[in-house]
Amino acid sequence: MSDIALTRPVPVTSEPPLARYLLIGFAVIFVALFLFAPLLTVFAEALRQGWAGALDALRLPDAQAAIRMTLTIAAIAVPINAAFGIAAAWAITKFDFRGKAFLITLIDLPFSVSPVVAGLMLVLLFGANSTLGGWLIANDMPIVFAFPGILLATLFITFPFVAREIIPVMMEQGRAEEEAALTLGASGWRTFFTVTLPNIRWALLYGVLLCNARAMGEFGAVAVVSGKIRGETATMPTMIEMFYNEYLSVAAFTLAAVLAMLALLTLLLKSLLEWRHADLLAATRRH
Amino acid sequence: MRASILRSPSPLPGFGLSFGIMMTVLSIVVLLPIAALLGRGLMIGPEDLWDMLNSRRIWSALTLSFRAALIASLFNLVFGLMLAWVLVRYRFWGRRFIDAAVDLPFALPTAVAGIALTALYAPNGVFGQALAPLGIQVAYTEVGIWVALVFIGLPFVVRTVQPVIEELEPDLEEVSATLGARRIYTLRRVILPTLTPALLTGFALALARSVGEYGSVIFIAGNIPNVTEIAPLLIVIRLEEYNYDAAAAIGIAMLVISFAMLLAINAIQVWSRRRIGNV
Repeated sequence: MSDIALTRPVPVTSEPPLARYLLIGFAVIFVALFLFAPLLTVFAEALRQGWAGALDALRLPDAQAAIRMTLTIAAIAVPINAAFGIAAAWAITKFDFRGKAFLITLIDLPFSVSPVVAGLMLVLLFGANSTLGGWLIANDMPIVFAFPGILLATLFITFPFVAREIIPVMMEQGRAEEEAALTLGASGWRTFFTVTLPNIRWALLYGVLLCNARAMGEFGAVAVVSGKIRGETATMPTMIEMFYNEYLSVAAFTLAAVLAMLALLTLLLKSLLEWRHADLLAATRRH
Repeated sequence: MRASILRSPSPLPGFGLSFGIMMTVLSIVVLLPIAALLGRGLMIGPEDLWDMLNSRRIWSALTLSFRAALIASLFNLVFGLMLAWVLVRYRFWGRRFIDAAVDLPFALPTAVAGIALTALYAPNGVFGQALAPLGIQVAYTEVGIWVALVFIGLPFVVRTVQPVIEELEPDLEEVSATLGARRIYTLRRVILPTLTPALLTGFALALARSVGEYGSVIFIAGNIPNVTEIAPLLIVIRLEEYNYDAAAAIGIAMLVISFAMLLAINAIQVWSRRRIGNV
């Protein structure tokens, strides 16, 4: 009797305990070596000369200009992509028209284009050697090596984030609620703000969060388009590269640490959203 | 009424406005730039395009980008599957923490990952010093590129496979065990086939991302022409020389590779949907 009670049977749908412990141990070590070690290195290298060194690095005019540039770009690019995402989701999920699948593929396209190629496209389109670019420069509206180019590059890279998060959610919710609101006499805008928006708010926030993280951290496309003019068109990631190549290691890693903290904050908020509102997010129900 | 051939009627308002905003932003941000690259390719012409691509340096860079992405994605296929399995099936202290951390490569800017990995694996770095006695040099070799791409690609495999493991029917495993299959046999013959489509999709997504990756690679690669110089870096170099045609040629080659992979991903998804039914 007691023998049976003491030996816990191994369930047939799991691995033997030894295999389980080995796999868990292996997974933890793998994550520690490949994910945590690089993250810790950022902070360790930033603090190599103590807090004073890191704070001095943040006071460098080039670093401050880069931080301002990155914040400005994100402040403009994220709302544009959010507005685009909502408009695209409304058009795609509330109406039936031809070519919808193709349109969704086009929206996802920037995910599979190399950031450097994205930058190259903008240089070819708006650079001084193209007709359009030459005309824009002649009229004092340069795009490449200037603010608009960085903005367009960031928009391209972050393009699908909001749309692909809210399209599946709105698709699943259907049109009945909006149609009921209209029948009851609500205007189009009122229907959107009181019926649609509350339904998609967590998915929208989730998409905005990911969009913002990528917008602030984009490197390849911005490096190509911005010309990396310090104090003028350098963003935080491109400034990190310049500091690093000049052997200003502490300055490079301090800026990197600021971005790493932003990444950690993003992960924290993202996890909170996933735990509390998993049923209202598309990402957590992906197949 | 006008658009009735192209679109079915709907009582909801705002089609014109939302469709207009969508097409305007899509055209300016995505379609025009892509058209500019392809148009440049047409202006150069296929023969000159091929002549420009037909050099040892470009060939080395393109094959390096593809080979390193393939090796790193295969590595991620194995370890991503293991990680996803452990995260879904086992309960242990810190599981949620590790689950959240898997997305770190999505959230951490590539340039930050690049300099951090370089500092770790450089000859005077923590890992670099530990590996030196074994005769392994990671930083400034092709192995360094693999390490960076493993970092970048890992979440793609884990996040694609994880939901499929979560929805596996326990019945199948029970039946298999009841019929006398040993656990390892059940894993290999019952579970693995069910996960194959998701694994392939995750692998393809990681591969597509890794081929074009720039920020995390250029710091650790050493960037020696013909040896550790990746294709995106070669585009940057050509642009800095104002050699736009050569840059466009490499860019078009990479775009073709990207499109091919996008098609492959779609084909895998269609195939898996047909194979497993409407999951």
